[in-house]
Amino acid sequence: MRTRLQKWSLAMGAAAVMALPLTSWAQLTTGDIESRIGMESHIGNLTGHAKAAAADYRRYCVGCHGVMGDGNGENFPWLDPKPRNFQLGIYKCRSTPSGTLPTDEDLFDTIARGLDRSNMPQWSTFTKQQRADLVAWVKHFSPRYATEKPGAPIQIPPEPEVTAERIKAGREVFGRVQCWKCHGVTGMADGPSASTLTDDQSRPILAFNFTEGARPKCGETDRDIYRIFMTGLDGTPMPSFADNIKPDEAWDLVFYLRALMSQHSKEKDMAKQLGLKPVDPNAPPGQ
Amino acid sequence: MLVRRMFRARVKSNFALSLLTGSLALILVILSASPSANALPAFARKYGLRCSACHESWPMLNYFGQKFKDNGYQLMNDRDAPIWQNPSYWPVTFRITPIWHRVSTGKVQVDVYSGGTVTGSAVQRITSSGFDLSGLDFHTGGTLEKNFSFYLLPSSDPTGAFHFESVFARLDNVLGSPWLNVKLGKFELDNLLSEKRILTLTGNGGIYQIYHFIPQGDGNIFGQMGDNQLGLEIMGHSYDDRTRYSAALLSSNDGTTQLPYGNAYTGFFTFSQAFDTGRAGVQRVGGYAMVGQAPTTWLTQTGPSGSTVIPGAGIGNKSFSREGFFGQFYFGQHIDLQVVTQHGQDSAWFGQGYGDFIDGIAPNNNTTGNTLPVGAQAPSWNGVLFEPHYVYSPQLIFIGRYETIRMSQQANGALSAAPSPSNLGNISTYTIGYRYNPFMTSRAGFAWHNEYNWLHQDGTSPTGTNLNTSELLLGFDFDF
Repeated sequence: MRTRLQKWSLAMGAAAVMALPLTSWAQLTTGDIESRIGMESHIGNLTGHAKAAAADYRRYCVGCHGVMGDGNGENFPWLDPKPRNFQLGIYKCRSTPSGTLPTDEDLFDTIARGLDRSNMPQWSTFTKQQRADLVAWVKHFSPRYATEKPGAPIQIPPEPEVTAERIKAGREVFGRVQCWKCHGVTGMADGPSASTLTDDQSRPILAFNFTEGARPKCGETDRDIYRIFMTGLDGTPMPSFADNIKPDEAWDLVFYLRALMSQHSKEKDMAKQLGLKPVDPNAPPGQ
Repeated sequence: MLVRRMFRARVKSNFALSLLTGSLALILVILSASPSANALPAFARKYGLRCSACHESWPMLNYFGQKFKDNGYQLMNDRDAPIWQNPSYWPVTFRITPIWHRVSTGKVQVDVYSGGTVTGSAVQRITSSGFDLSGLDFHTGGTLEKNFSFYLLPSSDPTGAFHFESVFARLDNVLGSPWLNVKLGKFELDNLLSEKRILTLTGNGGIYQIYHFIPQGDGNIFGQMGDNQLGLEIMGHSYDDRTRYSAALLSSNDGTTQLPYGNAYTGFFTFSQAFDTGRAGVQRVGGYAMVGQAPTTWLTQTGPSGSTVIPGAGIGNKSFSREGFFGQFYFGQHIDLQVVTQHGQDSAWFGQGYGDFIDGIAPNNNTTGNTLPVGAQAPSWNGVLFEPHYVYSPQLIFIGRYETIRMSQQANGALSAAPSPSNLGNISTYTIGYRYNPFMTSRAGFAWHNEYNWLHQDGTSPTGTNLNTSELLLGFDFDF
């Protein structure tokens, strides 16, 4: 009996040792990603290392973003919007021009801020070092980071004083660049194109509704809003308007968008005093 | 003969070695092949997050989970209100644990028979073992609307008798600020090392002893920080939860409904601050204080069956307090240490056994008009709890705990007649165990649980000597 048990346990041991390569076989397909495990991030004085974030990624992120960082985690079927595919290296929230990679700071901020109206929470519980490590980890999934550098952050001029004229001018910009086509004339995301919008993977996507009290995805300060429409949200139908809107006009548009939002603001009060009407898509230019 | 013995010994040694090697290799394969980790299903299903996002190991919260709880079970991503959920979503989780356990208690007083009649008593160890069940928890909680949250936990004992373990509604982020949240109902006190989320399950190891300590002969059941209490809590925290406070006003009734005791209240206060320490993680230190009064005697009513206590007619309120520090220290992603200290003190009246009538700790003392014996003094004690964890992965955690409580002043320590020994009731207890989750998804939780607890208490055996109790437990802890 002992001999039989002894043989059994030896066989189990041998089987286990033979099975080890099989368990690691699946990881062979990740060779390309593994080759970038030395990826770093640089945020201020912090240097993040991809390797150091592996455990945090597994604990907090893998259920949605997946082991391969392709956004195909176990929750993929149930989530809307879908988790980001890090392999593509395409990000909505950037300080850099459309089509370029975001800076490390952009990713660092996104992790802490989360993405409203999605399942991405605010991971402000991490230490800054953990976040910097996670930025490096996120970057290591994409081959773009091996060959491209992040874009240069756009320049944002100082915010001017809000005036009634600026809000009126912002309304004119809103009409001229046809924000209303998706966001609707009152900002309720009910423009004529709203129902047809899809992201770059042909998945339906909603325009931002300014009137429901939600926070803009990529930050809620005036500078954040300025940045959103001047850099665009890559991977979505929201383009960059950097070529269509001058910097000073961009601030006008920020003030008008504030007036559309349901949250209380001085822009909203001023627009109310002005009796500002929604843009008329059929009106001649300038009216 | 000697050769044969040596051969046998070598065969045994080889057999043991190969069995050990095989077992270790098998464990290695299991660990390396395991899919990644799992979460508390009601919220995990709602948000699509794995258990590991909120739990260091389910059910113990990690920092992110604590923040989620402090926000009123909200991620604060504008998708918290139930209007955003699929109508078929039902925020319910069941939890029950089938177990096998072996409990051994030394020095139990037993009757001695002679000729079919009891002729005396003796002291002996009693050991029992077998298959068993935990009670059933029926958790439901979440948001009623953005910033309106709730929790309801009907809970049964192993026989199926239900009670409301927790019921509360909470106004979150009042005035748009995380610094003001108001909770009303029956709830767990704001203990960051939560007993309701304890990782251990044995009778003595499944609670934190310093959350429930009562000196020998003491009648005060009201200062049990580990029990859910009825009251109103105001708490607040910074956006990232680094700084947090809470203040609760509680009825001094140990969570019992229908006002059985009278008019007395207890306050419970906590404050903590967390610090960013790079890759080591976020460290937190804080303090707590529980200060209250509770009745020591009751008005009585004499009827056909004699004198009985009138519920709700407690009088002679006396004071008690528990205060201490706690720390949550992380040393990277795998090791952490939880620490809680306590200094406790009860009124001399409680020390003489006045107090609770429901639990019957000292029912004969529930009469008014008595006076304290000369030399009676307020019992006080000090305790500390260390709980280290080794988190191999979100699916496998090793747990250790050491608790000790030492009396610093006995209620009867100054009595001229039969003063209590200074160490009477001192407790030391050790717990070790592990929990292994073979899978981890955002839909259900399952843990293979194995634990051993040993508890030593000074002078509490029937013969006045020390008492040792141990328990070994294995079980399947699951929730859905």
